[in-house]
Amino acid sequence: MRDAIDLWTYLAQEPLLWLTLTLVAYLAADAVGERLRHPLANPVLISVILIGAVLLATGTPYARYFEGAQFVHFMLGPATVALAFPLHENLPRLKRTALPMLAALAAGSLTAIGTAVAVAWALGVRGETLLSVAPKSATAPVALGVSEQIGGIPSLTAVLVIITGIVGAVIATPLLNFCGLTDWRARGFAVGVAAHGIGTAHAFRINSTAGAFSGIGMGLNALLTAVLAPLLISLFV
Amino acid sequence: MIRAVAVLLLFQLGGEVAARGLGLPIPGPVLGLAAMFAALVLRPALRPQVEATATTILKHLSLLFVPAGVGVIAHLDTFGREGPALLAALVVSTTASILAGVYAFRLVARLTGADDA
Repeated sequence: MRDAIDLWTYLAQEPLLWLTLTLVAYLAADAVGERLRHPLANPVLISVILIGAVLLATGTPYARYFEGAQFVHFMLGPATVALAFPLHENLPRLKRTALPMLAALAAGSLTAIGTAVAVAWALGVRGETLLSVAPKSATAPVALGVSEQIGGIPSLTAVLVIITGIVGAVIATPLLNFCGLTDWRARGFAVGVAAHGIGTAHAFRINSTAGAFSGIGMGLNALLTAVLAPLLISLFV
Repeated sequence: MIRAVAVLLLFQLGGEVAARGLGLPIPGPVLGLAAMFAALVLRPALRPQVEATATTILKHLSLLFVPAGVGVIAHLDTFGREGPALLAALVVSTTASILAGVYAFRLVARLTGADDA
């Protein structure tokens, strides 16, 4: 028993355990998602719940977990650069869809910021918490910067960004199927604008064209949110 | 594969240097994405050297969001008693934004004759 505790104390300090847990939890979540084919069986959502339960049960602080998981987190940078490949592959379609994309970007971005702030305000959210909601559809690094700039709480915005991504990934397919929309360019692009990288990750699982357009939507909305959110906030708050 | 990862990292690094050096409000990796795209347009020969690795990474893009996602559990207390209101705002806004985006796209695609079908 003493040995087991010693072993745990050693392993819990090491990145190895938490890196392994992250990969194994994801593989399990991915397998469940493939089998169930249910919108709620989203691999990010299931992995987060699995790992969160282990951390809570073992009393492991998030910072300790992140020492191992940071190697996975780091790959977000190269993955963003890798989005250039599906973009390049879709170049002829991109040229033809510049105007539809601009329209969808303006509509999706304005709606995301406007309705989020309006609904939160109607439900009694005020002050810096309300401001933290505005940039939540942009990709995390941009959203945090905007939140700080307009007087929100960046750490709260970080949580709102991730939840927005998961909500988008969970609702996108049933919502768009229900509406009978079959244009993968439109579907992907709108999801990228509304639900950044997590939405894009979901889009790639469904259809590669949707994934490529989702990546563009995410990138363009990062730029537009950085401009629009401070502007809208200065007009209304 | 090592060459491919090195190429992706070099473009990310270039993006970071440009973003910091010029004080741009755009994340370094997004600039790296733009530069990588430009490089592919100018030199399509680059594509086969990196494509397989890029495709593999993107296929498992969901995995890369897991560490940050777990952070949500650690910070759930920042939600406080406004949690339900914030969650409602996120669900309504994300639904509305997807619908606004997808219908705006379809409308303009039809008007400009950019239909796929």
